[in-house]
Amino acid sequence: MQGMIPHHAQALRMAALVPDRSQRREIRVLAERMAVAQGDEIELMRQWLGDRDAEVPPADATHMRMNHGGMVHDMLMPGMLTEEEFTELAAARGDDFDRLFLTRMIQHHLGAILMVDDLFASPGAAQEDFVFKFASDVYADQTTEIRHMNVMLSRIP
Amino acid sequence: MGDPGTTPPSPDPRVGLRAGVTDAGEASWNLRLISNTPQPEGFVGVTNSDLAFSGDLVFQGNYNGFMVWDVRNPARPALVTRYLCPASQSDISVFRNLAFVSGEGTSGRLDCGTQGVSDPVSADRLRGIRIFDISDVRNPRYIANVQTCRGSHTHTVVVDPNDQDNVYIYISGSARVRPEQELPGCSALAPDEDPNSALFRIEVIRVPLANPQESRIVTSPRIFSGLTAPPRRDAEGNVTQALDRPGPNQCHDITVFPDVGLAGGACEGYGILLDISDVMNPRRLSAVADANMSYWHSATFSNDGRAVLFTDEWGGGSAARCRDTDRYEWGANALFTIEDGEMVFQSYYKMPAPQTAVENCVAHNGSPVPIPGRDVKVQAWYQGGVSIFDWTDPAKPFEIAFFDRGPLDAERLRSAGPWSTYWYNGYIYSSEIARGFDVLELLPSGFISRNEIDAAKTVIWSEYNPQMQVQMVWPASFSLSRAYLDQLERSRGLPQPRIDSLRMELIRIEGMPVAQRGNLLTQVATQLGPEAGASSDAAKVGLLVQSLQALAGAQQ
Repeated sequence: MQGMIPHHAQALRMAALVPDRSQRREIRVLAERMAVAQGDEIELMRQWLGDRDAEVPPADATHMRMNHGGMVHDMLMPGMLTEEEFTELAAARGDDFDRLFLTRMIQHHLGAILMVDDLFASPGAAQEDFVFKFASDVYADQTTEIRHMNVMLSRIP
Repeated sequence: MGDPGTTPPSPDPRVGLRAGVTDAGEASWNLRLISNTPQPEGFVGVTNSDLAFSGDLVFQGNYNGFMVWDVRNPARPALVTRYLCPASQSDISVFRNLAFVSGEGTSGRLDCGTQGVSDPVSADRLRGIRIFDISDVRNPRYIANVQTCRGSHTHTVVVDPNDQDNVYIYISGSARVRPEQELPGCSALAPDEDPNSALFRIEVIRVPLANPQESRIVTSPRIFSGLTAPPRRDAEGNVTQALDRPGPNQCHDITVFPDVGLAGGACEGYGILLDISDVMNPRRLSAVADANMSYWHSATFSNDGRAVLFTDEWGGGSAARCRDTDRYEWGANALFTIEDGEMVFQSYYKMPAPQTAVENCVAHNGSPVPIPGRDVKVQAWYQGGVSIFDWTDPAKPFEIAFFDRGPLDAERLRSAGPWSTYWYNGYIYSSEIARGFDVLELLPSGFISRNEIDAAKTVIWSEYNPQMQVQMVWPASFSLSRAYLDQLERSRGLPQPRIDSLRMELIRIEGMPVAQRGNLLTQVATQLGPEAGASSDAAKVGLLVQSLQALAGAQQ
């Protein structure tokens, strides 16, 4: 959950780029839908962590905070864009933007699926119904969206 | 001013209801809550899920097992059985002396223990179908399991009209494939890398009725194979071309309709129409996608099988998707006509009252309400409550009744509300995730007359699993003929004086000795027959004539 929040937060930042940069109606709809869905999920995750007195990353966290033997360092979760990649996306326009947005968002979604896979492979994980359902919903929603995005991508000349 | 009987209350009383577990505010319109019974000890605080019906009994799933209610007195459902055996979602079906329960979560145990399964690979884990013998419903016997690679999120009991010895179960599930070390043969590779991949298929279980312990997976139809992405309607309604891309890899839910040989598969980003005349080998007829539909959840057919409605459970049911900022066409139902095996989009329907940000709300499970000559559906919307709507014309659905409670918690989103709401033998039963078991009654209004409700109550089934739709047939009754008359009055299909005289005639005939009624009813039917030609609603006049002839035949 602590890693998924910055992951979702970056998807929101990416989606926020769309209205000024894409002319494609279906990409604009996709981005609006993602903004609603992932924004809601961030609040659910923050609530879940808060209930367990765990550290709650801010809703706009950019990195996962890892504590290794007293050494705190920031890391990017799987599929996340580096700041350079994000800047490159923000600078693109038109078809170039659409192509890059979909490519990077597919990569971003695949990262979320990887995180769910890791969760289920961990001993004692996802025993709680909420966590199982949440992780399964992320898995199902994002695999479905990847398929849609692949279709959209192949339509861009 | 519209007709007071058909004007929705304004402002909508579902807005601003007080929060509470047992004392939440309630709003209803043309619908009455008869009873609410909290779940018993062992199930309190745990999610209630789907419902199934057998005789006077209602089976209610719960993530901790299942309950059985005796509803002979719908004002006071009596708990007959509670069976502790955790599994998510515990969606339940019944077939004669057998009950089937879905297990998908990783914490379900073969021994029904409540401690979960912490090892990622374990011989104790159950993901699939649990089978119970309910010959003695007070003491269910857990007799068998069928383990599957992706577990069972939901399932569908399917009767093959040509096979008396077996019943079939279609397994649906969207969760991850379990490790091969846990269940040999399970593979999550793409089918072109591994032909035995558990992806891109559904499972068909055959249950031998004489020996249910021998239940097993008999086929794994690849109903998606060769599926290119179907033509897709974008948000502006333009249909874009199909592309050569793989379709979905699993279905969330499949509604079968054996009477018309069709099934509706709600499969990730697609709605799929299946021919199930060969039950073990369902065959895809067509598929649709829609930019406004996120996650296709379940299907309901019109009674003639010529229209189908798919729900979109956007966000999986745990999110608030009915806020005034959420779009009407998102997390809604999409309605289609079926034309030459293809689905043609008509409209969206969504429970129309805005809900708060602390109420999970999206389209969920429902069933047809057997109003003769019309297509009416009752549907659960989680904390959006219960909504009943008419979709006889799939292009123009409209709400005709509702029931809603305020949020479970005023401060934060906690899961609650109706999971499943179904009509069964005259009443509406609703599984409330957090508050137990509700029974409701449909009330007459300008939309639905007393006669139409009385006719609906003549449709009596001995068993009902809502994922297997049954074609509704109305036995001859005075209520049925009067219901058609009421509909003709509404559609102005006959002149008002003619309707009035037919009503008087029916009252007079019903007062006569039974032996004399037959001839009189036949006379009325014979006179009325030729009038259909001049009516703007000739089909309904035809139904009325048929109902009068059948009623004449039934007077012995």
